[in-house]
Amino acid sequence: MTDPVPPVIIFMVGALLVPFIKGRWKSAFLLAIPVVGFINLISIGEGTHWVVGFLDYRLVFGRVDRLSLLFGYIFHIIAFIAILYSLHVKENLQHIAGLVYAGSALGAIFAGELLSFFVFWEMLTVSSIFLIWARRTNAALGAGFRYLLVHATGGLCLLAGIVLHVNQTGSIEFGYLGLNGLGTYLIFFGFGLNCAWPILHTWLTDAYPEATITGTIFLSAFTTKVAVYALARAFPGTEALIWIGAIMTGFPIFYAVIENDLRRVLAYSLINQVGFMVCGIGIGTALAINGAVCHAFNDILFKALLFMSMGAIMYRTGKINGTDLGGLYRTMPLTCVFCMVGAASISAFPFFSGFVSKSMVMDAAAGGHMRIIWFILLFASAGVFHHAGIKIPYFAFFSHDSGMRPKEAPIHMLLAMGIAAFLSVFIGSFPGALYSLLPYPVEYVPYTAPHVVGQTQLLFFSALAFTLLLLSGIYPAEMRCINLDADWFYRKGGRLFFHVMDRTLNKINRVCERVFVGGITGSLARISKDVVPRFILLGMVSFWILTGSRGEVLQMKKMNVYNDFLKGTLPVGIGAGVAGFFIVLLFVLS
Amino acid sequence: MKEQNQQSSINNHQSKPYLFDKPKNVKILLRCFYCSLLVLLIIEFFLHKHPHFAWEGWPEFYAVYGFVACVVLVVVAKYILRPLVKRREDYYD
Repeated sequence: MTDPVPPVIIFMVGALLVPFIKGRWKSAFLLAIPVVGFINLISIGEGTHWVVGFLDYRLVFGRVDRLSLLFGYIFHIIAFIAILYSLHVKENLQHIAGLVYAGSALGAIFAGELLSFFVFWEMLTVSSIFLIWARRTNAALGAGFRYLLVHATGGLCLLAGIVLHVNQTGSIEFGYLGLNGLGTYLIFFGFGLNCAWPILHTWLTDAYPEATITGTIFLSAFTTKVAVYALARAFPGTEALIWIGAIMTGFPIFYAVIENDLRRVLAYSLINQVGFMVCGIGIGTALAINGAVCHAFNDILFKALLFMSMGAIMYRTGKINGTDLGGLYRTMPLTCVFCMVGAASISAFPFFSGFVSKSMVMDAAAGGHMRIIWFILLFASAGVFHHAGIKIPYFAFFSHDSGMRPKEAPIHMLLAMGIAAFLSVFIGSFPGALYSLLPYPVEYVPYTAPHVVGQTQLLFFSALAFTLLLLSGIYPAEMRCINLDADWFYRKGGRLFFHVMDRTLNKINRVCERVFVGGITGSLARISKDVVPRFILLGMVSFWILTGSRGEVLQMKKMNVYNDFLKGTLPVGIGAGVAGFFIVLLFVLS
Repeated sequence: MKEQNQQSSINNHQSKPYLFDKPKNVKILLRCFYCSLLVLLIIEFFLHKHPHFAWEGWPEFYAVYGFVACVVLVVVAKYILRPLVKRREDYYD
C-alpha cells in the first residue's frame, strides 16, 4: 500500500481530471474520489504530517488530531452524498467547483499553520462562487457578486489579523489563539463572518437559496462548518461566543416563520443550528466542545438532507416558494419521508441525530448555570421544530393541493437522501459510534427518561401550537414578498454610494471636460496653429508699409507669407531670417 | 413535455384519491396526535426527575414552554417583524 497523501490532493487531482473523463465512467469516477479520499484518510495516523519549508516558515499540511479527523470524516461522507445527488448534472464546471470546494475545506481543517489555512480558506470562497453563478439567473449573478464582496472583506480582515499576529508572536502556528490584541480580534471577526454571525449573516441567506439545486448541498456543508472548526481550534471558551451563538439560535427563526422561499427558510435554520455550535464553543467545557462538534457532524447530514429534499422538488417542479407548492406527498412519497426524517433530526426528536448532540450543548449551558442562555436555546429548540420541522414538510408536501403531480425524484437523488437519512437515524439511535470519535472522552448519556419525555413534550406541544394557530387562521400565510434583513445596508447603501459617487464625480468629470478638453485645449490649439505667422506678419507688414507696398500687393504678400508658414513651404532664407528675428526679439525682451 | 406531464398528472389526480384526500384520515391523524399529547402529560408524573434548574422540576414545564414559545414566535413574527420588513418582491430591482 502506498503512503497516504494530504486529503486535499485527492480532491484537487480528481477535479483536474473531470473534463477528461467522458461517458458512463464519469459517474463512477466522481463517486470514487471521496471513497479513495476516505480510505486515504483512515490510513493517516494522528500526528503532524507533510511539513514543507516555505521562506522562513514551515507549512504543515497534515495536523491530524481527533478534532480535525472528525471534520475530515464528515466532509468525505457529505462530499460522497453531494456528488451522488448531483450525478445528473452534465456541466463539468459544477463538478469541478464542488470538488475543489470540498478539497479546500479538507485542506483548511488539516492545515497546521495560518498561512496555508488562509490560502485554503480563500479557495473555499472562490470555488463556492461558481456553485452560485452556475444557476445562470440574474438573481444568482447578483447574489454571487455580493457573496464574493462580503467574503473578500472577511478574508482581508483575516489576512490582516494573521499578519499582525505573526508579526507580534513570530509564530504562524494555528492553535489556541484567544482574544488578545488587535490581530486576534481581526482573525476572530474573519472567522465570524464565515460562521454567519448576526448582522454578518446575510451573505448566507442571500446566496444559498440562489445557488444551483446541487450546489446548495455542497454550500450548506462546508463554509460555515470550516468556520466552526476554526473557532473550536482557536477560540474555545471565549465568552463572547456564548452570546453570539445564543443570538444566532434565536433571531433567524422569526425570519424563517415569515419567509416564503423554502430554501431560504432552511438557510435561516442553518444559522440557527450553527448558533448552537458557536454557543457550545463559547462555553468551552469538554462537554460543550464535544456537543458543538458532534452537532456540526449531525447538522451537515440533516441540513443536507433537507436541502436535498427541497432540491428534488425544485428539480421536478421548478418551484420552491411555499405559495406555489403543496400536496406533493401524493406523488413524491419517498422524498416526503426523507424530508420528514431530516425535519425530525433537526428538531432533535428522540432516535434522530439532533437529539444526541443538541442536548449536549444545552446540558453544558445548564451545567454552567447560564439561565438566560439556556432559556434562549430552549426557545430556539422549540422554534426550529416549528419552522424547519413542521413548516418545511407541511407547506411542501401537505397543506393545500397545488395540483402538481410531479414524478418521484430520480434514483440517484433518492439514494443520496437515503444515505443521509439512514445516517441521521443511525446516529440518533446508536450515538456511541459518533461519541467515540469526539475530541474529548464522553460521559454524557442522552437517553434518560426525563430527557426523552421533556424533549418530546416540548416538540409535541409546539406542534400543537402550530396546529391550533393554523386551524384558527392566525398562522401567517405564505406571501410573495421579500423580507428586509441586514443586507439592506449594503444593497441599498451600495446603491446610494453609487448614486452619490455618480452625481459628484461624474459632474466634476463633465466640468473638467468642458474646461480643459473643450475649452483650454481647444483655444491653445487654435492659438498655436497660427501664432507664429501672425507674429511674423506683425513685423513684416510694418516693414512692407515702410517699403511702400499698399492695397492689393500688400494683401497678396500677407496671404503668401501666411500660407507658406502654415504649409511649411517657406524659402530657406526667410525661415532663417524669421529665426534670427525671433532670437533678436527674445534677446530684446529678456 | 412539461405540459404533457402536467396534463397527465391532472387526470391522475381526478382518478386516484390519496391518503389525506379523505377528511376521515385527517381526523384520525389529529385524534392520534391529541391522544399522544395526553399520554405525554400524564407519563411525566411517573418519572423521577433530576433537574439542573428548579423550574425543570415543575409539572409540565416543557409542555407549557414549548406551546407558549411557539405562540410567541408566531405572533411576534406575524404582527411585529412582518410589518417591519415586508417589501414587494421587486424591491431591490
